[in-house]
Amino acid sequence: MTPLLQVQDIAKFYGARRGCEDVGFDLYPGEVMGIVGESGSGKSTLLSCLAGHLPPDRGEVIFDTRADGPRDTLSMSEPERRMLMRTDWAFVHQHARDGLRMGVSAGGNVGERLMAVGARHYGDIRDQAVDWLGRVEIAADRVDDKPQAFSGGMQQRLQIARNLVTGPRLVFMDEPTGGLDVSVQARLLDLLRGLVREMGLSAIIVTHDLAVVRLLADRLMVMKDGRVVEDGLTDQVLDDPQHGYTQLLVSSVLQV
Amino acid sequence: MSDYNFAYLDEQTKRMIRRAILKGLAIPGYQVPFASREMPMPYGWGTGGVQVSAACLTPTDTFKVIDQGADDTTNAVSIRKFFEKTAGVATTEETARASLIQTRHRIPEEALSEDQILVYQVPIPEPLRFLEPSEVETRKMHSLEEYGLMHVKLYEDISQHGAIATAYAYPVKVEGRYVMDPSPIPKFDNPKLGMAAIQLFGAGREQRIYALPPFTRVVSLDFEDHPFEPSKADHDCDLCGAGDSYLDEVIVDDAGGRMFVCSDTDYCRSRRAAGHVGAQGAPYEEGAA
Repeated sequence: MTPLLQVQDIAKFYGARRGCEDVGFDLYPGEVMGIVGESGSGKSTLLSCLAGHLPPDRGEVIFDTRADGPRDTLSMSEPERRMLMRTDWAFVHQHARDGLRMGVSAGGNVGERLMAVGARHYGDIRDQAVDWLGRVEIAADRVDDKPQAFSGGMQQRLQIARNLVTGPRLVFMDEPTGGLDVSVQARLLDLLRGLVREMGLSAIIVTHDLAVVRLLADRLMVMKDGRVVEDGLTDQVLDDPQHGYTQLLVSSVLQV
Repeated sequence: MSDYNFAYLDEQTKRMIRRAILKGLAIPGYQVPFASREMPMPYGWGTGGVQVSAACLTPTDTFKVIDQGADDTTNAVSIRKFFEKTAGVATTEETARASLIQTRHRIPEEALSEDQILVYQVPIPEPLRFLEPSEVETRKMHSLEEYGLMHVKLYEDISQHGAIATAYAYPVKVEGRYVMDPSPIPKFDNPKLGMAAIQLFGAGREQRIYALPPFTRVVSLDFEDHPFEPSKADHDCDLCGAGDSYLDEVIVDDAGGRMFVCSDTDYCRSRRAAGHVGAQGAPYEEGAA
């Protein structure tokens, strides 16, 4: 089987300081990869490099495109890369405000990606928007409300709907549950797990919350100071951590 | 002196503006940056249009200025006087006699011909501006032809009002390539944008010039199930009886009285001179106001 995403030797430096270095992995279709680590460990830098938001200094990010098979997204032309970003890729930001248009209604937010790939039938766009709001548990009568009128959890779900409406194959998530209270987190995780299974999505989830990766991720990478210190199956890494830092991380989780 | 610095601007400035105009004509709908000069009037009063007009005027031109369709409002009168003084060109209020027409927010009702130039005053040239505040990003969107966002605006209109409520500055796609703001003309005028005359758009504060060559294919954006509709008040002109012109609604007393009159004053006058009389109009007399 061809990996959906092959990451080879990614490095990003901010001047002399290391953002991330020597990162490489393969992601297969339907697989969810978790990246954990403390603040400043380079997880978000890595995610930005993979998603094309930040040019890395070294390395290759090879994506299995629908049309031409595996291609290095870093050497693609910009229109191709941006097309990929709004069709086969999706990016869920930690703060919903970064990923939503706050001045545009929920329906318009969901419909934007459809219109960006050429949908020009209002009725169809609206039907799909309502359908997707339903799938992320937002009532259909909120379709014309602006995201400002939504709670934090609803904004995050709206952001997910907006990203998944074009049926992407790879989703990047940066702390998708950050800033939400635990009961809302639980519902969001439940929803995400359902969607990932149902749509056969591959995902890369960056988080510092081990519970999130335990629930969602098949595989786990632990980062510290810009390098990967341990990787493996999620349960294996969390139940039998080998590296000193991973042991610290696992034992730091509060039990209630 | 007027031979050396004809029409207010110095020759180097006019040369720079003409280059921008030529580039704009070569790439219809593309916003060409230019080094806009300080003009002796405030931004928002047509500084862009005046610079384009100054660069296009020749001593044999006949000049006309329109402000919201009218020849006799402040903006029109002051710009017309400005060029009478600085260029010494002949001026007129008759659309057919003018070779260069500067306009604010209207296209004349009378069809223009191939030997005329129409210059628009543009406040905000970027059609995507209110959706995407970053100039870097909007330029990239233009260069990569990413115009999905423009339809988000129309989507919002329909979801809020049940129909595309944008009534002026209605976005158009030029020759299947650039999305362009046709300046705040009513969407009633959009179908005329493919006219025989050269159309030049000048935005002074924003420092952009763009252009439509004659007979350019200009399509107003819409949805398949909500097609574009040019709209006007559902009346005839009360002075000249015209049923096909764009109308202004005028409040005439404190008791709710109102009348609808042609926004194009020259069109209305010429129709009345030809003997047409509307519901509230008096027969036309030469020289009467």
